[in-house]
Amino acid sequence: MNGRGRPLTPEGRQELVLERIEAFRRRRPRLTDEVVTLAHGAGGKASAALVDAVFLEAFRNEALEPLGDGALLPLPSGHQLAFATDSYVVRPHRFPGGSIGSLAVHGTVNDLAMCGARPAWLSAAFVIEEGFPVAELAALAADMAEAAAAAGVTVVTGDTKVVDTGAADGVFITTAGVGLVPAGRRLGADRVRPGDVVLVSGTLADHGVAVLLARGDLDLEADVVSDTAPLADLVEVLLAAAPGTRWLRDPTRGGVGTVCNELAAQAEVAVVLQESSLPVRRPVGGACDLLGIDPLYVANEGKLVAVVPPEEAAPALAALRAHPLGADAAVIGRVAAEPERIVLLETSFGGSRIVDMLVGDPLPRIC
Amino acid sequence: MRFVDEYRDPAAARVAVRRITELAEAGRDGVPYAFMEVCGGHTHTIYRHGIEQLLPETVELVHGPGCPVCVIPMGRVDDAIALAEQPGVVFTSFGDMMRVPGSAGSLLEAKARGADVRMVYSPLDALRIAEASPDRQVVFFAVGFETTAPSTAVTLLRAQETGVRNFSVFSNHVTIVPPLKAILESPDLRLDGFLGPGHVSTVIGNRPYEFVARRYGKPLVTAGFEPLDILQSIVMLLEQYAQGRCEVQNQYTRVVRDEGNPIALAMLQRVFRLRPHFEWRGLGFIAQSALALSEEFADWDAERRFELPGIRVADPKACQCGEVLKGAIKPWECKVFGTACTPETPIGTCMVSSEGACAAYYTFGRLHRTAAGLAAASS
Repeated sequence: MNGRGRPLTPEGRQELVLERIEAFRRRRPRLTDEVVTLAHGAGGKASAALVDAVFLEAFRNEALEPLGDGALLPLPSGHQLAFATDSYVVRPHRFPGGSIGSLAVHGTVNDLAMCGARPAWLSAAFVIEEGFPVAELAALAADMAEAAAAAGVTVVTGDTKVVDTGAADGVFITTAGVGLVPAGRRLGADRVRPGDVVLVSGTLADHGVAVLLARGDLDLEADVVSDTAPLADLVEVLLAAAPGTRWLRDPTRGGVGTVCNELAAQAEVAVVLQESSLPVRRPVGGACDLLGIDPLYVANEGKLVAVVPPEEAAPALAALRAHPLGADAAVIGRVAAEPERIVLLETSFGGSRIVDMLVGDPLPRIC
Repeated sequence: MRFVDEYRDPAAARVAVRRITELAEAGRDGVPYAFMEVCGGHTHTIYRHGIEQLLPETVELVHGPGCPVCVIPMGRVDDAIALAEQPGVVFTSFGDMMRVPGSAGSLLEAKARGADVRMVYSPLDALRIAEASPDRQVVFFAVGFETTAPSTAVTLLRAQETGVRNFSVFSNHVTIVPPLKAILESPDLRLDGFLGPGHVSTVIGNRPYEFVARRYGKPLVTAGFEPLDILQSIVMLLEQYAQGRCEVQNQYTRVVRDEGNPIALAMLQRVFRLRPHFEWRGLGFIAQSALALSEEFADWDAERRFELPGIRVADPKACQCGEVLKGAIKPWECKVFGTACTPETPIGTCMVSSEGACAAYYTFGRLHRTAAGLAAASS
């Protein structure tokens, strides 16, 4: 459809404007800012623009271009190697359910697991602000060791840098990880079809809300614990029960809303979610309501979103629920052909709305 | 959620929607009613729960000026940034003010350039920062209607009581009645009634709106913030039309009293004074529509403590936010909508916050045609 020759009735003009917005949305966001702001780190449109304009532009190659959780690299043996990296700057360093140490292991292990890989080895690099207590550093290292052992990975190399007071917020940790993808396993947005079913492995927003409350600036008290956990084992259980699984993602920064948008854009489909099916713990939902934030956009660190073919939805859900990390798993929606690239939420109230990508978000650092 | 579910019951919603459809169709041979929800919180509820998709085409909601972030003019944002960039200043702000563009960038960008800008959830947090860092000047960027003004007042009273001198308030508090009047005075007005602001009314009560019905002949129903509150308020407006009444009514009786909250009002009276004029983004200067600190609190007034540029920055010419706010045009009828003005690069007030009429339409507008049909087909 184009505007040429169409009489300019009000409806026609409105249609034109909507088409223009649609075209604008399809375009990757452009970077117009002169300095980096916190919005560029929030995982929404600004982050995508920065990555496109600066990093993709500089490093462009086949393995990087899909911008997945990790890169998939072909080995001469015919296997695929998964390679992922992530930095951790969460404040406070300790929060109910975990620490920056356990998070640094879980985050990277989960990025590998979402590629379908079995995580094997990690590196760990520390940027430490002078004056940081050694005992605290040792405690964070112990958290990492414990998390690595539980996830079945080994920290095999690392680096330590110390910077002046004020140049880092106590400690920043960067981990990278590698793992092998078993032969024949292939996951990707290109495999997603209309009719497929969307599952989540448990309750939403626990991590983001736990960290927000742990910061203590809110004068809110609620019993909320971060969900930080390694997901590789849960992925194996899921793939055994639902070998046709199309796509996996861990909804960390930006939450389930953001990963569903990425899915809708990459697979050129609609994702239709049911608000009444979204599992959210009562105190988490209450805190989100009070703060005016939507649990769909809040970070998780021990959850996965899976798309499975409809005939495998029941076994997939049963397998997830049988695992301790998936006890609250739920079917939260389905994939539809239209409207392309849109995430739609059918509200419990009986209406519907679009769940868009966040433009920026005012939440503090959570991973 | 406990105490909330009963206001989000889909079965009750269906009953209300049926009633709205009957009333709206019987009334004016299908000529649509246009009701303005004054408050940004209502706009948020309407989008969050998909209420527009439930309403018949004979009822149209127009998003009003009640988003406190949207109405702050560029010049005031520039002043805020100038304050934040003064040496020794810790500038504190609510999170959603940080993205609002001034003439040369936002507070978020000032922060990226090195200004000490911190997000707080309440003015009391800002006062606590001041108490904890006596060698710094802590300024709070106060925005909002009569809803948030009392918490600023409480904070100032506490600062006075405890003698905290390194704390000051940059007041941008505004009042709801003058912009309502400005909208009602406009010659191109195209509204049939109002959903009155629930939170503001908990403070000022329901009486200040009497003029809307009496002088301008438009009904007003003060509405709560749950989705059923909105639907019930629309029913009440339509019933007034059906019965030939034109009144100010209160749907939000569980919270709002006619006389408001006398303690909060007395506090506002003491801590603030009315400004002769204040500029509203999109609406221009409105007399006696904003609050500055009173003489008693002059020592805590950032506008007196610091030198401010105070330069008025005109709203961009192409921007038609004023007309959108009055319901005279739809967001998509504005010349720059969706081209020069988008949520990433907002020009006008209505595109700035997600509660603004244009931002909401930009994000959700397409839903009306395609997705509403899809959702209907699937249920």
